[in-house]
Amino acid sequence: MELFLHQVLAGLATGGIYACMALAVVMIYQAIDHLNFAQGEMAMFSTFIAWQLIQWGLPYWLAFGATIAISFVAGVAIERVVLKPLHNAPVLSHVVAFIALLAILNSAAGFIWDYTIKSFPTPFGNGPLFEQGLMSKHDGGMIAVTLLMLAFLYLFFRHTRIGLAMRAAAANPESARLAGIRVGWMTALGWGMAAAIGSVAGMLIAPVVFLEPNMMLSILLYGFAGAVVGGLTSPGGAVLGGFLVGIVENLAGTYIPVVGREMKLTIALFIIVAVLCVKPSGLFGRPIVTRV
Amino acid sequence: MRMNKRALLTSIAASAVAAAAGPAFAEKKYGPGASDTEIKVGNTMPYSGPASAYGLIGKSIEAYYKKINAEGGVNGRKINFISYDDAYSPPKTVEQVRKLVESDEVLLVFQPLGTPSNSAIHKYMNAKKVPQLFVATGATKWGDPKNFPWTMGWQPNYQSEGRIYAEYLMKNRPQGKIGILFQNDDYGKDYVKGMKDGLGDKAKTMIVSEQPYETSDPTVDSQIINLKSSSADVFFNVTTPKFAAQAIKKAHEIGWTPLHLLNNVSNSVGSVLKPAGLDASKDILSTAYLKDPTDSTWDNDPGKKDWLAFMDKYFPEGDKTSSFTVYGYSVAQTLLQVLKQCGDDLTRENVMKQAASLKDLQLAMALPGIKINTSEKDFFPFEQMQMQKFNGERWELFGPIMSGEVGS
Repeated sequence: MELFLHQVLAGLATGGIYACMALAVVMIYQAIDHLNFAQGEMAMFSTFIAWQLIQWGLPYWLAFGATIAISFVAGVAIERVVLKPLHNAPVLSHVVAFIALLAILNSAAGFIWDYTIKSFPTPFGNGPLFEQGLMSKHDGGMIAVTLLMLAFLYLFFRHTRIGLAMRAAAANPESARLAGIRVGWMTALGWGMAAAIGSVAGMLIAPVVFLEPNMMLSILLYGFAGAVVGGLTSPGGAVLGGFLVGIVENLAGTYIPVVGREMKLTIALFIIVAVLCVKPSGLFGRPIVTRV
Repeated sequence: MRMNKRALLTSIAASAVAAAAGPAFAEKKYGPGASDTEIKVGNTMPYSGPASAYGLIGKSIEAYYKKINAEGGVNGRKINFISYDDAYSPPKTVEQVRKLVESDEVLLVFQPLGTPSNSAIHKYMNAKKVPQLFVATGATKWGDPKNFPWTMGWQPNYQSEGRIYAEYLMKNRPQGKIGILFQNDDYGKDYVKGMKDGLGDKAKTMIVSEQPYETSDPTVDSQIINLKSSSADVFFNVTTPKFAAQAIKKAHEIGWTPLHLLNNVSNSVGSVLKPAGLDASKDILSTAYLKDPTDSTWDNDPGKKDWLAFMDKYFPEGDKTSSFTVYGYSVAQTLLQVLKQCGDDLTRENVMKQAASLKDLQLAMALPGIKINTSEKDFFPFEQMQMQKFNGERWELFGPIMSGEVGS
């Protein structure tokens, strides 16, 4: 029973990692209607920027804020430079651009900061959160920040003019344009916000998995799984999905002998496929209706 | 005409020396890539990509042969070290090695790095009968002269190291309950096999939990929790640097304090223990066979002084705290010894023959007493190691030189 509790809590902690990433995935999906495969590498690159700023002597929170700002600007810039020229191109061209971004960011980070692992500081302090040491302070802090970001996004998309305009631009660009929304800039704004959220996710994840250019490759996959489980259109669902994937993964690894431990990654993929078969829009997503 | 006379004189002098040196000198024999003036040595290294940190080894070797060439070469021949980038990708290794063998026509391929990369060229090299010498991986399969007479490892192999830990446990913790975390591939399984072979009959009772992980796992937290709850009091940590750091950190966080045995692959202070936390890393045990360049014990050691002088003159931009530069320096010296022994018989056959006839070779940067020995049947150059303990700041060697010979 104790082991079960341990594994659930540890799952919740890693689930927090996936939830962070899933949130960033949903954000970009809201803005451009595609999955961005370079999302993880963008987050990784932002985290390296934060690390560099801290190395240069900036206090943690200043570096944290600066990194979010830099990432936001960089996200907008990427959209303007790389993707704007492609905006009428077929989906495949976008996918190719995403993959190119992934490779470029990964190699560039390796070139600048090399591939050895680096420790990233946590603002929440070291040591266990409770007496028994089931969860570290950082895990707790990470989950809290994820939920905070979720609340922020909820308010932003439901209750601000610009949030509503962004949703309109993504859902129905044609009508949005007619209603006077500058669709192109809304997309760029979406990229900026996704990059900013990604940078927060990266900075929260790095203290756990250690910072290196490949830190996001597998996490992004689990993040996708979380987002798909919860629904790509629902930030809340994505966060819940992330936690779910983390817990299921740990329990399966511990209690299903042989299969479990060696097939952990397969479990994430299995969850994606299973959910897509049963409920294509995810557990909490809006069903997608296209007018014909 | 004057030149000719001088040349004649030198050749007379040379043949006088030759008569003294023995018959080997009289008949110069050359395989591909060798001549009166140079010896072509091929190599692949991950200078780019995820494992590019290892590229430092290739750069150290290159710098070392620059030094040898500047000092007159080996038996009067310059070493032409041709090193290509394979980005740690086996298909690329195959491509580059074929280029080395078929277009550059090297005498031998030396120190290609990585278990998957070497596996990819293993059969090719043996079919072509080109030496695949002193490969940079600790897998046990490189010491199989019966089936692969053209391939030889260099560093202590993973099974040997596993046996050394087993020997240590049998002596010091015979009642220990062992929990193992290992990478689920050849490398991890080799270590586990060495440990089990070393424990013999006691393996079944002593090992209470084996937790594999995949390189695609984001963390090993879940495995560490399982190990802790298995009530293991010995932790055999068979992981690559990133996961090693995660495991050390997590074990510390959840208050699990077993006797911690960390594999040599990940015992770098700078790139594993420091990120994991020096406090959390205190009292970890591991093994060593080369001198740690950051260990002040060796400050007055002539071997280390020579190495420092070499680094200053030929590789000033290289990292003097990295074990990779020591590794590259040492393996380059080993090949140099082989080429010296070859004399004027620079055929591929003789290279392998001499590589398999190294006797009690004590390298300058190997721990005192740890020597290289090979024979026709023994294709494992290093098989000895010494245990060491991390004191929160640096590794401290302790105990005797231990041998983990794998029965051939």
